[in-house]
Amino acid sequence: MRHTISILCDDTPGVMTRVSGLFSRRGFNIESLSVGHTELPGKSRFTIVTTGDDAVLEQVRKQLQKLVHVIKAWDIKQNEAVEREHALLKIEVEDKRRAELLQIVTAVQARIVDSSASIWILEVTGDTGSVDNAFNLFKDYHILESIRTGKIALERGPSRVMKK
Amino acid sequence: MGKAKMSGAKALVRTLESQGVEVIFGYPGGATLPIYDELAKSSIRHVLTRHEQGAAHMADGYSRATGKTGVCMATSGPGATNLVTGLANAYMDSSPLVAITGQVPRPMIGNDAFQEVDITGITIPITKHNYLLQKASEIPHSLQEAFYLASTGRKGPVLLDIPKDVQLEIFSPHQAKYPALEGYRPTVAGHPGQIKRAVTLLKSAQKPLIIAGGGVSLASARDLLVRLAEKADIPVVYTLMGKASFPNSHSLCFGLMGYHGRIEANHAISNADVILAVGTRFGDRSTGPLATFATQAKIIHTDIDPAEISKNVPSYIPIVGDAGQVLEQLVELVPEQKHDQWMLELRETAERHPLKGKSSGVIIPNILRILKSLVQDPIIVTDVGRHQIFTAHYFPVDSSHSFVTSGGLGTMGFGVPAAIGAKVGRPDRPVIDIAGDGSFMMTCQEVAAAVAEDIPIVVLVMNDYCLGMIKQLQDASYGRRYEACKFGRNVDFARLAESMGAAGFKVTREDEIAPAIEKSLAAGRTAVVDCVLDDPGNVYPMVTGSSLLEYVE
Repeated sequence: MRHTISILCDDTPGVMTRVSGLFSRRGFNIESLSVGHTELPGKSRFTIVTTGDDAVLEQVRKQLQKLVHVIKAWDIKQNEAVEREHALLKIEVEDKRRAELLQIVTAVQARIVDSSASIWILEVTGDTGSVDNAFNLFKDYHILESIRTGKIALERGPSRVMKK
Repeated sequence: MGKAKMSGAKALVRTLESQGVEVIFGYPGGATLPIYDELAKSSIRHVLTRHEQGAAHMADGYSRATGKTGVCMATSGPGATNLVTGLANAYMDSSPLVAITGQVPRPMIGNDAFQEVDITGITIPITKHNYLLQKASEIPHSLQEAFYLASTGRKGPVLLDIPKDVQLEIFSPHQAKYPALEGYRPTVAGHPGQIKRAVTLLKSAQKPLIIAGGGVSLASARDLLVRLAEKADIPVVYTLMGKASFPNSHSLCFGLMGYHGRIEANHAISNADVILAVGTRFGDRSTGPLATFATQAKIIHTDIDPAEISKNVPSYIPIVGDAGQVLEQLVELVPEQKHDQWMLELRETAERHPLKGKSSGVIIPNILRILKSLVQDPIIVTDVGRHQIFTAHYFPVDSSHSFVTSGGLGTMGFGVPAAIGAKVGRPDRPVIDIAGDGSFMMTCQEVAAAVAEDIPIVVLVMNDYCLGMIKQLQDASYGRRYEACKFGRNVDFARLAESMGAAGFKVTREDEIAPAIEKSLAAGRTAVVDCVLDDPGNVYPMVTGSSLLEYVE
C-alpha cells in the first residue's frame, strides 16, 4: 500500500538523517522525499512517499512523532489533498520533429524553460499521474537527461498543522 | 549563573552542579581535558572507570538504583564508541542517562582527524536525542534540555557531543530565550474516558490479571499498583524488567511471565479474560509467540509511549500516560472486588508446579537461597545468562529499586559496572551482583575501579566454566553440539579479584557457601566470590513450543 506521509519539523541540522533512518531501519524504501521551508519561520515540512504494510507504517509514524524535532507526522489521504510533482527534461530536438514535439509540450502543459540550437529543457508540473503521462509521451524523443522532484502534498480546506 | 565570562567547560560543570549531579562516571581523553580541568574545582565526584562501557553501565546502574539521571563521560573517537553498548542498553530499558563526549575541534570535524568519530550519527537510533554543540553559549541550555528529555516522558539516554574548542571558548552567559520543544509533549494523565472504560471492563472481569512492567518502577508507581491489585483483588505477574515493580512475596504475586516464566504466571496470561498491562512493551521474551498470546483476554494497555500501544500486542483499551497518574486514576474508580475462584485456580496451578531447583549443593538456586537468608534488603544486580533467570526466580525482592538487570538488550558485562553505579547511588544498601563467568570476564576490570574508589560491592560469580545459556540452547535446539561454549582454560576469579585489590573467595563445597558470602558482605571492601558450580543445571521453566503453555519445567 502506497502512503504519503507529511512531517512538520524544526529546520535543524541532522533532522533529515533522523527521519530517513527510521524508514530504513524498518526496511521501508522511500520512493520520494521532498523537504522545504514553510510559512512558519524555522520549520520545514517533509512529504515522503513510501510503500508498506499499514500497521508497520503506523509504527513508523509513531516513531517519527517521538523524534524531538518532529512537531507532527501524519498520513495524508490522497483524495483529500492536492499533490504536485515537478520534473525537468533535457531533450535533443531534431528539426523534422520540432513541430510534433511542440504539440506535445502544449498538450501536457509543459514549458520550455531553456532552449539552444537543438536542446530544450522542458518543465512539467502536475500530480504523479500527469507527470508520468508526460514522461510517457516524451520517451519517443531523445531525452538526454531528466529529473523529478519528490511529491509535495497539501490537504484541502481550512485546516493547518500549526498557527504562526 | 553569574555575568562573568567563562569557558564552555566551566559552564558545563556549573550546569551539571545546578542540575544536582553528584557523580560522573567517566574516562578522560585529549578531547575532554578542558572539562576535567574544571571538574577538579567542582564538588561533583568523578569515578574513574577502566573502560568507557563501564562508565555507561555505572551511570545506568546508578539511575536504576536511585531513580535519578545518571551521567557518564568519554572522550572523542574510541572513547565515544565504547559508550555505544551502554547507551543501547539504557535505551532499550528506558534508563535516564546523560552522556557527554568530547569531539575534535570544530575546524577539524569531517577531516578524519585523530580520534574523530561521528558519534551523534552513530547514536541516533540508540538515544532519545543527541546534540553536537557548535557554540559554548549553547551549553547551559542544551544540557538542561538533555536532563529534561532524559528524565521525562519515556525516559532514556541523551548524548551531548562537545568539540574541544567549544569547551575552551570564552563567552558571557546570558539568559537567552530558547524555543520551546514544540514536538515534545509527553502525555502524562490518562484520558478520563479511557480510564472509565477500563474500570468498567475490570469490573466485569471474572479472571482479571495485571502485568507489571519496568515502567511501574520508572514511574515510582509500585505502591499504587499494590493498592490497585489489593482493592480489586487482581493477581499480578511481572516481566523481567518489572520484577521490582511489585513485592515478589505478596500473596497476589504469581511471578515472572514469559519465555522463562513460571507456569502459573503463563497459565494466568493464557486464561485471563481481562489483562491490565502497565508500563510494559510486550517484548518477545515476555510474550512468547504472539499468535497464541493471551487469546482469551481483552487487554488494557497503559504506557507513557504511544508507540508501544498495539506495537506487538493489540490493545482493546489503550491508555497513554504515566503509570503513576494512570494507576492513581484507576485506584480511585475501581470498586473493591473478590476473585476467589480465579485466585484458587492460580494457587493450585502454582502448587502443582513448584520451582524444581534443589536446596543443596553448589548450584545457583541453593546459593541464592543461602544469600537471601544472609542479607537484608539488598539491591540485586545481575549479568546476562542462565544465572539471570535463576535470580529472577529464586531471589524474591520486595522493595523498590531492588532488581537491576539488562532486560531489553541482554548485555553481558552489565553486572559489575551496574552494581558499582548502584552502590555509589545507594551506599546504605548492600549491592550484590550475581554474575556468570562469561559475563564477569567482559567487564571484570571494573573491579579495580571499585577498589580504587572504595565502592564495596559483592560479586558472586556463578562459575560453570562455560557459557550456560548457550549450552542450554545447544541442548535444546542443536543436538548437544557444544560449539564455542566452553572456555577451555579456567580462570581463578578469587585470585583475579585479589590481584586487583579486592577480597577474593572461592567456593567449591556447599559448606563454604555461607561463610564466603558472610565474609564478603562483612569485608567492607569490594569482594568477589568464585562459586565453582558442581552442577551447572539448565534453567527452567522454558517455553519450547508455539505457546506459553508448551514448556519444559
